[in-house]
Amino acid sequence: MSAARGRKLYTFPGGVHPEEHKAESAGRPIAAMPLLPLYVVPLRQHIGEPARPVVQVGQQVLRGQMIGAPQGYVSVGVHAPTSGRVVAVEPRPVPHPSGLKDLCVVIEADGEDRAIDMTPLDWHRMDPSALRNRLREMGLAGLGGAVFPSFIKLNPGARRQIPILILNGAECEPWITCDDRLMRERASEILIGAAIMRHMLGAEQVLVGIEDNKPEAIACMTAAAVGSDVEVVPVPTVYPAGGGKQLTYTLTGRVTPSRGLSTDVGVQMFNVGTAYSLYRAVTFGEPLLSRIVTVTGHVASPGNFEVRLGTPVADLLAAAGGERPQATGRVVGGPMMGFELHDTAAPVTKAVNCILVKNAQLFPEPPPPMPCIRCGECARACPVELQPFELYWYAHHRDFGKTQAYHLFDCIECGCCSYVCPSHIPLVDFYRFAKSEIWAREREKQAADQARARHEFRTFRLEREKQEKAEKLAKKAAERLESGAVAAEDPEAARKKAILAAAIEKAKKAKEAVQPKNVDNLPAEVQREIAAIEARRRGGADEPEAAATARTTPNP
Amino acid sequence: MPGSPHISLQRNSVRAVMLKVLAALVPGVIVHAWVFGPGIWVSLLVCTAFAYLFEALALAMRNLPLKPFLTDGSVLVTAWLLALSMPTLLPWWIYAVGMLIAVLVAKHLYGGLGQNLFNPAMVGYAALIVSFPMYMNLWPAPVSVASHTPNLMEAFDLVFAGQGAVSPDAYTAATPMDAVRAHVRAGGRAEEIARESFKLIGKETLVLTYLLGGVLLLATRVITWHIPVAFLAGVTVTAGVLYGLDPARYADPLFHLVTGSTMLGAFFILTDPVSASGTPRGKLIYAGLAGFITVLIRTYGNYPDGVAFSVLLMNMAVPFIDAHTQPRVFGEARGRRGGS
Ligand code: SF4
Ligand code: SF4
Repeated sequence: MSAARGRKLYTFPGGVHPEEHKAESAGRPIAAMPLLPLYVVPLRQHIGEPARPVVQVGQQVLRGQMIGAPQGYVSVGVHAPTSGRVVAVEPRPVPHPSGLKDLCVVIEADGEDRAIDMTPLDWHRMDPSALRNRLREMGLAGLGGAVFPSFIKLNPGARRQIPILILNGAECEPWITCDDRLMRERASEILIGAAIMRHMLGAEQVLVGIEDNKPEAIACMTAAAVGSDVEVVPVPTVYPAGGGKQLTYTLTGRVTPSRGLSTDVGVQMFNVGTAYSLYRAVTFGEPLLSRIVTVTGHVASPGNFEVRLGTPVADLLAAAGGERPQATGRVVGGPMMGFELHDTAAPVTKAVNCILVKNAQLFPEPPPPMPCIRCGECARACPVELQPFELYWYAHHRDFGKTQAYHLFDCIECGCCSYVCPSHIPLVDFYRFAKSEIWAREREKQAADQARARHEFRTFRLEREKQEKAEKLAKKAAERLESGAVAAEDPEAARKKAILAAAIEKAKKAKEAVQPKNVDNLPAEVQREIAAIEARRRGGADEPEAAATARTTPNP
Repeated sequence: MPGSPHISLQRNSVRAVMLKVLAALVPGVIVHAWVFGPGIWVSLLVCTAFAYLFEALALAMRNLPLKPFLTDGSVLVTAWLLALSMPTLLPWWIYAVGMLIAVLVAKHLYGGLGQNLFNPAMVGYAALIVSFPMYMNLWPAPVSVASHTPNLMEAFDLVFAGQGAVSPDAYTAATPMDAVRAHVRAGGRAEEIARESFKLIGKETLVLTYLLGGVLLLATRVITWHIPVAFLAGVTVTAGVLYGLDPARYADPLFHLVTGSTMLGAFFILTDPVSASGTPRGKLIYAGLAGFITVLIRTYGNYPDGVAFSVLLMNMAVPFIDAHTQPRVFGEARGRRGGS
């Protein structure tokens, strides 16, 4: 029963239909890349704590050898893409909206591509937590773009079971076709990965959601699912059908709570590429070393490539025949949610699913923004049913409290609102700005709270020291008295001691309360948000006012 | 460096929105000329000219670029709505004053495009009716009943050179609303005159044309159904209740639907996005109450129509309404959503 006959689909609100542009890159099979002389492997390729470098300059490494070890809970390993010598461990340009550099391990290939010994994992029999730990070391993270460590999502946790597993093959962003090609060419492998996921989660049902603009992928996946009870479900093509909450709702009718996780409604979702990498990890014992990347847009021969992580984008572009003349820039990811790439020396990471080269015809300069006319187009396009123009109004006027009251943090930054806005206001820029400001304030407040707690503790400590000194003196005096009859029990001192003990206890508690170090208590999405925003904060989000609205509302 | 998204729907623009509104008004204008004579062309022309004059003046004073704002079409919509809400064949300076107040005060003093709390055309209209009630009562009689309908040349003369040879009595008539009120005061039954004037005027065509324009706006997604439906329902229910209470004193709902600016208001005036409520539930409240107030003003007030004042009153309530009718975001609702 692999056909998706009669499954009731649900229609999520809003959404847009941008030109798809899938044909440019979808026609050709996934191509391999030649071995390159140099790889630049960032240690921060996933959400959470970056990996800690465990190799030194000059050291020889083998393909698959861990060069960055996970540190902290939300973290995964990073591995050498080929054999060679470490020539640098230093900040290098990375694909990030901020355009800043980040710590990378630079490996000079020796051309032999020798690998470490890889041992397949006996996933049926392995202890689940040991299996997850292996996946953590092997660097598995979501390849749909969010790069959240997979081992965490594969832990059913206290629920012991997550009834529905969804494989996300929607690929709703225009231009991108890497999942499409992967499903066409490696459907059985993806489904093996799905079977492992299902085992780890204890899922009863496996659904594969694919937008109906990919009939070949649907056919291949359906064929591969014959004989299993995996359901391959074509879903209507509407951006953002592949959003986590959107696809969950489309397929199951279950509404992920605001600020919650799909697991709250019994659903766990993985990108098809992640399932494929899990298959490789388990079947061959191979860490996450490569991924499929679409190179498309204004390049000589667009297509999909199997790219080792750490491959400089410049080399990848060359493999696609190079940029054509008059390219106007490059986007990492799709046109709706991707970001501008500042430097082609930056390498492909686990998060990079597409390099889209722009030109002036396909990506014209947006017209200068006009004031908001409250037409409500944005609200009708918003898949989260927000009121984007109100959010914009408050973000623009820096009333961040109000932006939160208007559910700023439910915004998934999908870009539908900006896409349809007749005034061409860069709305999402304003939301990013507001989010980063709010997080910055939150952190400042936390720091202030900690400082206050420290101060209070210090006061208690001084008080205690004074007290102890007094007690000592009293004791000495008592000893000197020698009669021993008088000061055996000083009720005053006992009372003070009790007060002090309580105070110290309180101070300790306060200190604990303001230092919530165990991030694993936070829901994954919040962590993702923290990390993303923190990253942006480090240089990404300029205040959009200067760029956009100065031209439009000069008379505030 | 602006971030994502890197594409936008190029065909969407403020100008495109305004042009759609204007296009939807065109049938109404043509039928207006057919029902009331060519005077509307002159008032449209005068309003348009002064609209651009004052808009350019305001932009220059505020140091704003002329081109994007003069070409966005919004001031043209204001001009047309004012012209269509007013009597035709008035002296030119009345239209000029109306546009001055609409553009300089209601629009630019509040911050310009997108910032105005009140519907500019209705502010202009209200100011005129308060300042020049006599002129604003000079409604042209429909061609079918007028003893003489000025032709285009005469219309120009009337507007620019004053009354001339033609007496206003020849081409003006009491509005149906006034007729009903006068008739009731004189001891007659409302329905007699209401039915009669409705038949006489034959302006159901005009009403239907505005309705058609409204459907056009709905079809092109410039407006949603909420405001027109709620407004027409508000008018119908309020008039229906009054009529039910005393058919002798109150006009029936149909009369209210087809007279005055009811249809123009429902589809073109209340739906001005800037000054209307922006939430689905808010729109229902905003327009429903406007319908209610419209009928009350018509019934108990002395103005020729109640749409303008009810719109302005409800404009004032929009920030409050919007703040209290925010839709639930996706995922906020408890339980499953309906769908398919
Ligand atoms: S689409 Fe643009 S102009 Fe329309 S309400 Fe939203 S932000 Fe304002
Ligand atoms: S970017 Fe945010 S506000 Fe805009 S449509 Fe997407 S979710 Fe809604």
